[in-house]
Amino acid sequence: MKSGSSPGRFGNPEATNGLLMVSPTAIYATLLLAAPLVAVVVYSLMVDSKVGLSSGLTFANYIEVWTGRIYQAIMMRSLTVASLVTAITVLLAYPVAYFVSFHVRPERKSLWLFLITIPFWTSYLIRVFLWKVILGYNGVINSGLLSLGIIDEPLTVINYSVGSMVATLAHAYAPFAILPIFVSLEKIDRSFLEAGQDLGESKLMTFWRVTLPLSMPGVIAAVLIVFIPTIGDYVTPDLIGGGKIPMIANMIEGKMLKQNDKAVGAAIAVTAMLIVSVVSIVFLLLNKRFLRGQK
Amino acid sequence: MTFSSDKPNMIEFRDVHKYYGDYHALRGINATIKAGEFFSLLGPSGCGKTTLLRTIAGFEDISSGAVLIDSKVMDGVPANQRPTNMVFQSYAIFPHLSVEQNVGFGLRRDPRSAADKAKAVAEALEMVGLKGYGKRAAHALSGGQRQRVALARALILKPKVLLLDEPLSALDKKMREQMQMELIKLQRQVGITFILVTHDQEEALVMSDRIAVMFEGQIAQLADPETLYRRPNSRKVADFIGTMNFLPAQILSEGSSCEIEAQGFGRMTIGADQVMGATSGEGMSIGCRPETLTILFDGQTATDRESMATVEEVVYYGDMTYYDVKLDGAQTAMRLSMRNVPGRPVLDIGTRARVGWSPGAMVLFR
Repeated sequence: MKSGSSPGRFGNPEATNGLLMVSPTAIYATLLLAAPLVAVVVYSLMVDSKVGLSSGLTFANYIEVWTGRIYQAIMMRSLTVASLVTAITVLLAYPVAYFVSFHVRPERKSLWLFLITIPFWTSYLIRVFLWKVILGYNGVINSGLLSLGIIDEPLTVINYSVGSMVATLAHAYAPFAILPIFVSLEKIDRSFLEAGQDLGESKLMTFWRVTLPLSMPGVIAAVLIVFIPTIGDYVTPDLIGGGKIPMIANMIEGKMLKQNDKAVGAAIAVTAMLIVSVVSIVFLLLNKRFLRGQK
Repeated sequence: MTFSSDKPNMIEFRDVHKYYGDYHALRGINATIKAGEFFSLLGPSGCGKTTLLRTIAGFEDISSGAVLIDSKVMDGVPANQRPTNMVFQSYAIFPHLSVEQNVGFGLRRDPRSAADKAKAVAEALEMVGLKGYGKRAAHALSGGQRQRVALARALILKPKVLLLDEPLSALDKKMREQMQMELIKLQRQVGITFILVTHDQEEALVMSDRIAVMFEGQIAQLADPETLYRRPNSRKVADFIGTMNFLPAQILSEGSSCEIEAQGFGRMTIGADQVMGATSGEGMSIGCRPETLTILFDGQTATDRESMATVEEVVYYGDMTYYDVKLDGAQTAMRLSMRNVPGRPVLDIGTRARVGWSPGAMVLFR
């Protein structure tokens, strides 16, 4: 039934109210997310020269980024680091989440979760710095090994390497992986596990056939939560890698700010976004497959 | 209703105790369940019936005593190696698997070919009335269908004992009654020992060959449904199963038959088997079921004995009318049920009535 005076969707007071309520967020999102994104995409289609950005649109930047050896290498490195970090984090997080969910008494669980979030009490930057203190040239490990006489000169493999970057990032994102896996394990009705054993399977096989598949949504959520921010991480390659092993974010910064080539920088940024999107979509589709059978 | 007792023992409890910390959940369970029997564990919530069932399945360790399945002591035998299968209260249908994957879950190590296994799954589904449901996703099933899947999943493994943990409690009344009949038929068809846990006395009476009534971790009475209903061995059991009227009574002389005097009824002679030994601590009382009392209308004579009473309450149920009648000389009213046959009037409150009864239907609790 329509109200007589002002028909149409804005005549509905409920719709007006709803629009008013979402408008601050909508304006915020438009101005600070959508608009810059459009600007980046537009930049990526222009040519940057000493005199400024050209007015014509071209795919030249993309062709440069997608075919250039250096760009490919850095993007592959970013993918490798992010994949390694994700794999290590999720593999280490699963047993922790499993332990808290299945072997910690219910009244202690919140305490455990609280302890797991302790690393978040300090800023990400400080945590990365602390790893630098541990792994650095004159760091805890090197000076310790030197004073014990095990090595004669500081090890360089433990700092300024992909390995040390992976270690730092894996530590920083561990809680992000533990929490979604924990939640998915908590949701599993314990009678499923009893049913698995009742039907003749050992505890290990019950885990493999029942617990693991039922917790996959949490695992996939953990993968996405760790993978997306790590592939674009800027601080760790800069501090732990010492600027010598840049990842995508460092390359964008270099192009945009140091070389003042906004067009190519924007093209790298859009490319990075596409890579993340493709990986995310693959995992979301996987998740859908696992979620299919569940409520 | 009677069950032949010459069958071999399938389950044996020997002085089974179970402690949860300080809590004494099972207090010396001794019982034997025969092969092919439909056996029920009946009791209020918290009486230990589910715990006892889980000791058979292997989900619960016992603190002392022994549980034997098919004459083998089950001490240390894990759940996956016991010849039992369970239908869980929540059914525990795996949500990530289809109906046929659920039913075939336990067949992984079965040496049969994949085609034979698929045939077995289809047969199991047909047996529980779910022919053609194999490809469905588990979450797309109704409560009754889930239960059928749970049954098929357990029975396909041909266990020696099927354990049912309150399987019907989640269903509505109509569905529940239908499933009761189907379960009875299924049990006769497969001939497997069924052990049912329930808090519903009617369900236990309808389905079981024998029932163990449990209170506070102990078996109060173990008998066939008729004995349990007609000759409960304590006021507590009598109260839990159906309705029973109690009036104070005393024994005048004891022997192979007993001379007793009960409030309202007066003196009567009952058999020694009608005297239940377990003391209630509340003084002796006589008990009778509502349907063993009848109101005698004009022209009717009592088949046995009759007393005068006053109608205090009338509850009309359609097919039945329940009366609360107070016998002359009695302090409390008793419930009485009458079938509403054509031409029989419903009495008003305050009416004087003749109540017919029989000493043979009485039970005396010491």
